[in-house]
Amino acid sequence: MRATSIIYRRELGSYLRAPIAWVIAAVLLLADGIFFQAWALRGEQLSALVLERFLFVSSFLVGAAGLIFSFRLIAEERQNHSMVLLNTSPVRDYEIVLGKFLAALTFLTLILIFSLYMPILIKVNGKISGAQILVGYFGLFLFGAVSLAIGVFASSLTRHQFLALVIGAFLLIVLGNIFQLASKLDSPVRAVVEQSDLWWVRFQSGFMRGILNLKDVIFYVGVTYFFLLLAVKTLEAKRWQ
Amino acid sequence: MIRAKDLQKFYGGKRALGPVSFEINDGETVGFLGLNGAGKTTALRILACDLRPSAGTIEVGGVDAVAEPHEVRKRIGFLPENPPIYSDMSVTDYLKFSGELRGMTKPQLKKRLPEVLEITDLTEVANDAIGTLSHGFRQRVGLAQAIVHQPKFLILDEPTRGLDPVQIVEMRNLIHDLKQSHTVLISSHILTEISQTCDRLLVLGRGALLGAGTEAELGNVKGEIRQITVTVRLPDVKDLEGTYRESGDPKAFVNSVLSEIAGVSKVAEPYEQGGGLTYALSTEKDCRADVSRAVVKAKLDLLKLDYARSELENTFIRLVGGSDASN
Repeated sequence: MRATSIIYRRELGSYLRAPIAWVIAAVLLLADGIFFQAWALRGEQLSALVLERFLFVSSFLVGAAGLIFSFRLIAEERQNHSMVLLNTSPVRDYEIVLGKFLAALTFLTLILIFSLYMPILIKVNGKISGAQILVGYFGLFLFGAVSLAIGVFASSLTRHQFLALVIGAFLLIVLGNIFQLASKLDSPVRAVVEQSDLWWVRFQSGFMRGILNLKDVIFYVGVTYFFLLLAVKTLEAKRWQ
Repeated sequence: MIRAKDLQKFYGGKRALGPVSFEINDGETVGFLGLNGAGKTTALRILACDLRPSAGTIEVGGVDAVAEPHEVRKRIGFLPENPPIYSDMSVTDYLKFSGELRGMTKPQLKKRLPEVLEITDLTEVANDAIGTLSHGFRQRVGLAQAIVHQPKFLILDEPTRGLDPVQIVEMRNLIHDLKQSHTVLISSHILTEISQTCDRLLVLGRGALLGAGTEAELGNVKGEIRQITVTVRLPDVKDLEGTYRESGDPKAFVNSVLSEIAGVSKVAEPYEQGGGLTYALSTEKDCRADVSRAVVKAKLDLLKLDYARSELENTFIRLVGGSDASN
């Protein structure tokens, strides 16, 4: 894991040094703030509903942020030829993937922390519990991790960054809306497809409403692991090609 | 020692390399020579454990590079054709990162970094972002990352690619210094670079090993026709003797002098060059000494005498085939 830590520090440093990363973070936070003001706070609502609306919008932005911060991670290394340094160092492929993923997750978490003032405002002026906010943010964190993992996998497939972004977005949109497809299917396939949904079943009906289900946590962790494993296997396969 | 046996690499259905077998002894500097697409880069990438071979075995320092690439990578420093750099990092941070990846500790790096910066002449730009450096400096940064962990084997793929003449000389001197402490493998299609740097050559063409040995060994082929060029100043007609004086043809005189030299099978039509006439002689052996003696004996002024092509050029063209080389 030493190599993971070295790669993590370099990647995180790269995010913190890059003005474009801060610009993207600022734009996402600004968009979050605008939606919060213009939509979540619209009209007289129960504070719990305001929090739900805020988390609803935030989940889209976190999904987008996850892809934006991950699509370049491996594709850019290939494009700039710096991947050779990692490939010819005594570093295992999973250490490369994990180091990069954790750095992106740290930066995404930082953005989530910067957005915390909005639910805190709801709590100060309304009647919601701290636990509701924590569960909602835990859901955002897990959904962000899934989005990042999908982005890392897409990034491992190609040296073209834009193509990686498109592949990642496609996967995220399909897996986030697979619930819609389930309604057109018969049992028992319907139940399987329903339970594979990334967003609607897990986030919208769970974390967003302040409900913490262990199976939802395990599902998100499992999907994250699955896509990171695919990324590792893709890197291994590329050496054989 | 590096030992490759029946090494092959396919990209999809296309054969890029092999089967090739070779051995490289410790302390040697070996040049991989070949035209573009000959398989040099593929061979070096396999040796550096960046690619896995489709078939065959490689041992680096007694370790199987296919079964234990992790162990082999610790012993190897690799400078690919495009240096693997991060533009946003400073030179020092990048070298620290490279060293740490190869398992170096902080105290080891603290001691080693100033040495590497000095060897590669990067001290003055140590704190600059790599993205702001010139191509020559970036190439040196690439070399610095390859040697920072003091690997036993150094693999350099086209190390002088894109450098200006001054930078080429500097890089060549740098490699020359590194030869003292590393087993060095260099690929290039520039013959002079390989000729001046390497102890032994592996000539590749279309993925196959066409020849292996020292420059002398590869060039030592009986019956091979070589071209020698000799430039002489034409004598005055009054200095000529006998029939040549009567005919007033100094060119015919020079032609007869050169034709009578033992080993010269053909004298081509001369052309003017450097204040004299240049003759191309076809020979089956190195008869430069005979030519110089004959020219002096005939009281001609000798202005220049050399092979039309270098030894290595002759060898290379013979091995890869004239048509391929001219493409």
